[in-house]
Amino acid sequence: MTQLTTWRRAEGSSPPAHTATPRVRRGKPHLRQRLTPYVFVSPAFACLLAVGILPIALAVLVSLTDLDVSGLADWSGVHFVGLDNYRALFADRDFWAALGNTALFVLMGVPLVVVVSLAAAIALNQSQSRFFRALRTFYFVPAVTGIVAISLIWAYLYNSQFGLLNHALEAVGLPRQKWLTDPVMAKVSVVIVAIWRAIGLNTIILLAAQQDIPGEYYEAAALDGAGRWRQIFSVTVPLLRFALMFVTVTTLINWMQFFDEPYVLTQGGPLGATTSVSLYIFQQGFQFNQFGFASAASLVLFVLIFVITVVQLRLRKASDV
Amino acid sequence: MSRRTSGGRPWIVGLVLGAGALATAFPFFWMITGSVKPLGEARTDPPTIIPRHVTFASYRNLFENLDFGTYLANTLIVVLIDSAGLLLMAMAGYAFAKMRFRGRGAMFALVLATMMVPVQITMIPTYLFLNSVHLTNTLLGIAFPTLVSAFSIFLFRQFMVTIPDEILEAARLDGAGEARIFVRIVLPMSKPILAVQAVLTFIAGWNSFLWPLVLANDQTKYTLAVGLSLLNQQLSVNPPLQMAGATLMILPILAVFAVLQKHVVRGFSMSGMK
Repeated sequence: MTQLTTWRRAEGSSPPAHTATPRVRRGKPHLRQRLTPYVFVSPAFACLLAVGILPIALAVLVSLTDLDVSGLADWSGVHFVGLDNYRALFADRDFWAALGNTALFVLMGVPLVVVVSLAAAIALNQSQSRFFRALRTFYFVPAVTGIVAISLIWAYLYNSQFGLLNHALEAVGLPRQKWLTDPVMAKVSVVIVAIWRAIGLNTIILLAAQQDIPGEYYEAAALDGAGRWRQIFSVTVPLLRFALMFVTVTTLINWMQFFDEPYVLTQGGPLGATTSVSLYIFQQGFQFNQFGFASAASLVLFVLIFVITVVQLRLRKASDV
Repeated sequence: MSRRTSGGRPWIVGLVLGAGALATAFPFFWMITGSVKPLGEARTDPPTIIPRHVTFASYRNLFENLDFGTYLANTLIVVLIDSAGLLLMAMAGYAFAKMRFRGRGAMFALVLATMMVPVQITMIPTYLFLNSVHLTNTLLGIAFPTLVSAFSIFLFRQFMVTIPDEILEAARLDGAGEARIFVRIVLPMSKPILAVQAVLTFIAGWNSFLWPLVLANDQTKYTLAVGLSLLNQQLSVNPPLQMAGATLMILPILAVFAVLQKHVVRGFSMSGMK
């Protein structure tokens, strides 16, 4: 660093080093110094603007037009249509069906994911033995594996002719199921896969949060005669409140955007039975190229997610007081 | 700790957890055994648990008759491009953590706000944007939407805030410029967070599905995930081929996870602290 020092001083671009504090020294910084922070921030910030912020404004604009695939080639053919897309959207029975499906997925999935992840995380924390540590890996793995590959495996397990699940059902005397081809069963099937996949990440978060709970709390509880179950419900769960809230809110947001599993497993079928709002938006946008209409739908979903998240946070806050 | 020994039966918990672990692992077992079964055996009822004949024909098929070599190369290129984003995010994180400048608060708030924007809403505008700059159907375009992530910038910032100011000031007094400080001091001190982020970037890029699906128009630009989703249409035809494709996608991730589990778990649990 010393050679650098002399070199820089000789160049004279930085102020003399002997002045008192850096802040005073920078009383009148050079333009270059003032610009430095922006040089550091801009590349990433510009990318983020381009994919995270500006698209919202663009989505609002596009949702007020009849932009479709022909409009992409020739913008002069695009018209401002006001709120027509929204009117058409709310008149579309498929959209309401997709909303209903999404609500159902959320109601089935979110409570199960939260409860199972919590149970798994608490159980995994009951012992620090090598066996328990090895078990953790199994629970974490689904969190890092790609949904497409996972869905293919489950599609094979679910296959009605030669899938393992039907064979197993038969072996114990239960009737074979049309896992992915029956409208009701298909909903359950995609949710099972999504739950199986979502538990890993939430278990990691809840397990890490538990490790922040000081051991003395348990010792004190044990001295007071609290058994293992009592310790879990009176120490662990209350102290995990913050992490649990985080897990619930993010899980809810994720499930409102439910997309991958039905897209790969059922393409939204049979007869739209597994078409979530996200999948509906994707189909309208990229299969029917109704960009304006699909943007309107995406904004409705955004508002829904936003409102539900805010309400949830408010409720939690209120119950904390 | 006393609670571990006070009453209770950890072996029961272990047993239940073990059963759960088997349920989690079984689909992977089924995937690997399915991928080496001959077509006929993979479609028999009752299924064979341990393959009677082992063949790697399906893997050969993926590369010889299908374009999985191309998909694999594309996936790796997308991951590489995305890892360049790490540097950009580290730079931004450093500026947010250690520099004072006009608009810092507002910019950082905006960064945090993008974490709440669902991908469905950005999907169409981003497609339109990339289309207008002729980046659809290019690997650069496919990598672009995931090049930077608000959450990663946030993590970098949180980590770099803990770098002592004295070290940076000393370097400044020695006349080092910000670029030099960043490369010589900040980056080396940020190795733990860089490791976490690099692993998460690899996993996210490798698994990325929605953007390649939206942005790639022809097979030469498909990633593994998109190529694999096409195999689904052949379900009734060729399960071993699908399982081989799934194995190709999952085994590298499992290998990375096995070696770097510590970093992955750290990264994921940090997501719980935001």
